[in-house]
Parts: sequence; C-alpha cells; structure tokens
Amino acid sequence: MRILEGQGVTKFFGGLAAVSNVDFAVDQGEILGLIGPNGAGKTTLFNLVSGALPLSSGEIRFKGRKLNGLKPHEICKMGVSRTFQETKVFTNMPVLQNVLVGAFFGSPKHVSAADAARQANQALEFVGLSAVSTVPVKDLTLVSQKRVEVARALATKPELLLLDELMAGLNATEVSEAMELVTRIRDKGITILMVEHVMKAIMGISARVMVLHHGEKIAEGTCSEISCNKTVINIYLGEEAHAGS
Amino acid sequence: MDITRFVSTHRKLLLGGFLILVLIFLATFPLYARAYDIRVLIFVLIYVVLAVSWAMFSGTTGYMSLAPAAFFGLGMYAMALLQNELPFLLIIAMGGAVSFVFALLVGLVTLRLKGMYFAVFTFGLVVFMTEIIQYLETRLLGKHGQAIVPIDNETLFYIMVGVVVATVLVTYLIRRSRLGLAMLSIGGNEEAAEHMGVNTTMVKVLTFAISSIFMGVAGVVAAPVLIYVNSNIAFSLYYSFLPIFMATLGGVGTTYGPVMGAVILGYLDTRLRAELFNYFNLGFGVIMVLIILFLPKGITGLVPMLQDKLGGAMRRLRKGDREERHANT
Repeated sequence: MRILEGQGVTKFFGGLAAVSNVDFAVDQGEILGLIGPNGAGKTTLFNLVSGALPLSSGEIRFKGRKLNGLKPHEICKMGVSRTFQETKVFTNMPVLQNVLVGAFFGSPKHVSAADAARQANQALEFVGLSAVSTVPVKDLTLVSQKRVEVARALATKPELLLLDELMAGLNATEVSEAMELVTRIRDKGITILMVEHVMKAIMGISARVMVLHHGEKIAEGTCSEISCNKTVINIYLGEEAHAGS
Repeated sequence: MDITRFVSTHRKLLLGGFLILVLIFLATFPLYARAYDIRVLIFVLIYVVLAVSWAMFSGTTGYMSLAPAAFFGLGMYAMALLQNELPFLLIIAMGGAVSFVFALLVGLVTLRLKGMYFAVFTFGLVVFMTEIIQYLETRLLGKHGQAIVPIDNETLFYIMVGVVVATVLVTYLIRRSRLGLAMLSIGGNEEAAEHMGVNTTMVKVLTFAISSIFMGVAGVVAAPVLIYVNSNIAFSLYYSFLPIFMATLGGVGTTYGPVMGAVILGYLDTRLRAELFNYFNLGFGVIMVLIILFLPKGITGLVPMLQDKLGGAMRRLRKGDREERHANT
C-alpha cells in the first residue's frame, strides 16, 4: 500500500526549477532512500512534503489525503514527522523538554502531561539518550543532537518519518549505529524516507532508492539496479571517457 | 548547619514564606507610609506589570516587541475617555479588553514578520499611535490632552497590588503550561516548532494579546496617578524601552527576574528622575552597558554563577578544615 504519493511535484525558486515534475511513491513499511548530488532538490522535496514550502504545481498525498496547502503543524499531526539537515533543536531547553514538545503537540488528540512524559522518555530510551535527559541540548555533540531530533520526531507518533542526512558528519562507528537505529524505527512499523550521502548506509538499509539530479528524477529501483545504472554512475563518478583521461 | 542544603530542601517553604512577607508588606504599606511614597510604589508596581508581561511574550518567544507603550497608552486613554461613564473597576476591564483585541489584530498582521522586522514594526506602531490619537483627539474633541480626575492613593495602591498578583500568577502559570512550552520552542527554533505540531501563528498571536491585557490594565491605573495625559505622554517610547531594560536587568528567563529588575530600576526611575534628571539618564546608560557586558542573563543569571563560585569556595574551605583536622590527629 502506498503511504505517500507525489504526482508532477514541481517547485520553482524564481526561474529555477528546484524540483521539476517528479512522480514518486513510498510504500507502507519500507525504507526509501533519496540520493543525488548537492543541489539536486532532495531537501526541497522534503520541505514540500512536510509543508515548509508550498508546491508550485503538482500534488502530494499522504494516505490518500492531499497535503497541498496544509501548514507543517497540520501535516505533523496527520502523522508525518521529520528531522533537519542542519540540526534544529530547541537550544534553550534540556533534552527531555525538546522531546516533550513533539509529544505534546505532534498528536491530533489532547495528550495529558503524564502521557507526554511517558512518550518522551520512551523515545529518549529508544534512541539511547535516557542518561542525558536533563542536560541542556546545546551541550550535546552533533551526533547526540541528531538523535534528539529523531527522538523528538518519534514522540509525535509518526507513520512516516523523513530523515534529512541523519548520518552527515558522523564517523564510521556512528554511521553503523545510526543505520541500526533507522532499521529499528522501521521495525516499529514506521515508514522511512531518507536523504543520505553516505552510500554505504543507503545501500545497506533501504529497499529502494530514488535518484534526483537537477530537480528531476533520473532513476528509481532496488539498490543493485541503481548501483549498475549508467546515468547514475555518470553523475556520481563522471563519464568513463573523462575518468580515463 | 549546612545553609545551601537547607535552602535547597526547603525551597518551596522559604519561597512561600518570602511571598507572604512581601504581601504583608504591601498590604500594610499605606497604613504608615507617606502619600509620596505610596505614589512611588504605585508606579514601581506599574513597571513590574509592564516588565513581567513584556518578558512573558518577548523573553520566551524571542520576538522583540517594542509595543508596550502602545497598549499602556491605550489603557490611559481608555481611562481618560471613560472616567465619567463607567466605574473604575469596569474601566480596568475595558482597558484590558481593548488592548487584547487591538493586540490580536496587530499580531495577526505582523507576527509573520521575523526578527528585526517585527521589532521595527512594533516601534512604528507606538509612533503611529501617538500621531493618530493626537489627530483624532483634536478633530473629534477639539483639544489635545485630557485631565484625569485623581483617585485616592490607597484605592489605587490596593488595585495595583491586585493587578501585579494577577499578572505574576498568570505569567507563572502560562510559563509552566503547554502554552509556555510552545512559546519556548518558538524561541528555540520556530521552524522546528512548527514541524513538531505547534501552531506557531496561533501561539504567538494569542500570547502577544494576553501579555497586552496587563499592559492596558497598567495604563488605566497609571492615568489617575499622572492626572493629565496627552498622546505624547501616553504613547511615550520610554514606556516601551524601560520595561525591556528592567526585564533584561532582572533576567528574562524567569518570572521573578523581571519583577526584581522592575523594582530596582522602577524605584531609581521614579525617585531620581525628578531630582537628578541629566545624571540619571547618564547613569542609566552606564548601568545598561554594564548589564549587557557582564550580566547577559541579568540578576537571575548571577545565582548559578555565585552558587558555582561560592560552592567551590565552601568545598575548598571544608577540605582545608578536614586537612587541618588530619594534621592535628
């Protein structure tokens, strides 16, 4: 079953088509990887799904319901949550409060204080940050701040989670820990759409991959299909003739 | 024996006791104080309300509002125009209601402005109010300025104490509520807050309007103290900047910070401004520069700093003590 669908998704910034006529679909329960060179439009596509930017044309549907024109807080309450490429934690609060914001406001129903606290603590435990729940979030390392963002997103009880470069800036050990975390989130039954530059991670955990280049979708398929795809190789490694010279 | 431990374990008790003492002081003050001192304290309390309500919105959301004077002046004019029509308590309610509605309208238009732009707009709002009220007053009433019938000191004083208690209580409760968490998340990162399900526009507009209620009410009470208001007095930018200085001096991160700042600067302002006007402004500027340089978190920021320093000194002392004892045995 398709949980998220986009048809003719287009976004212009002035005369530049940052995302141009992209059709895509995410199946319930899968991990879909979104790759492409810098400036390919990956984050713009995320911003269109989460409502941070309005579509220029096209249509995005979540569980059959149109997302066009909805505000980010409404889309969040429908069950779509996200993290950010440059971490956007609430720097003026301790870790637990960061996650509490998600728990209190992310759900369409009224959440009691006790329930919110329980959800927030569960989410922190899930990402392995229980020990630092009272620490000011600005004192944490980048890796931990990214985990706070994941916990905060999980506390909103999402069905679809958008992860924007969760692994950028992490070392090899941290990458494999993050991969394990993403897989565990999927095992909870949460569908994941992830932008990633770390190929090992994308190829390791996602079932399917979609490739954007200059705002257009140039390829889509399983990991092995994509890694043999001529156009994709050309974009990432340069054409063979050039590579030889 | 250990004073820091005693304070931390009996914190609530001590705080409650302190608040009761303050209330007893306020309740009995008019019984023995001179009329002049009562008026000074009324104005200090007015500044407390302005500073606390300013910090309630701007301190948490990070939206720098320079508009307190707009709502404060609106309250004064509500008093000026309604003094012969309605009883005083009803005018107070009206002043709050008018400010609330006006802030709601202003907020809906302007709270999509970010950072500097919001500050500039609210600054312009005060200037605009000065001009438009003066224009309307001269066109419709044929005069500039309104005389206010004085109200006796005791009544004004006790009403103002009530307003302060209400302001501080509401601010404290909002700070602890989920609305307070939402405001704080906007201050932390508005985009992230919006994506975590916080209806940021609604939260900003609503809390901006709530904070304006208290500013309007303070204006109603201020009018009979001043006896005469015109648009330049009522919408003076001084009433926008002073509460900000006060809140910054006290520290905007807490409810009691702005109270302390307002009490200190408000007292200096009302007592010294009349007596040493030029020196006062000079001294004021120096104080502000010093606060920004050395106390970016205000007086409340001093507490953890001192705790750190004092704690370290105490530990060293105790350690020295123990070593001495060891040496003796």
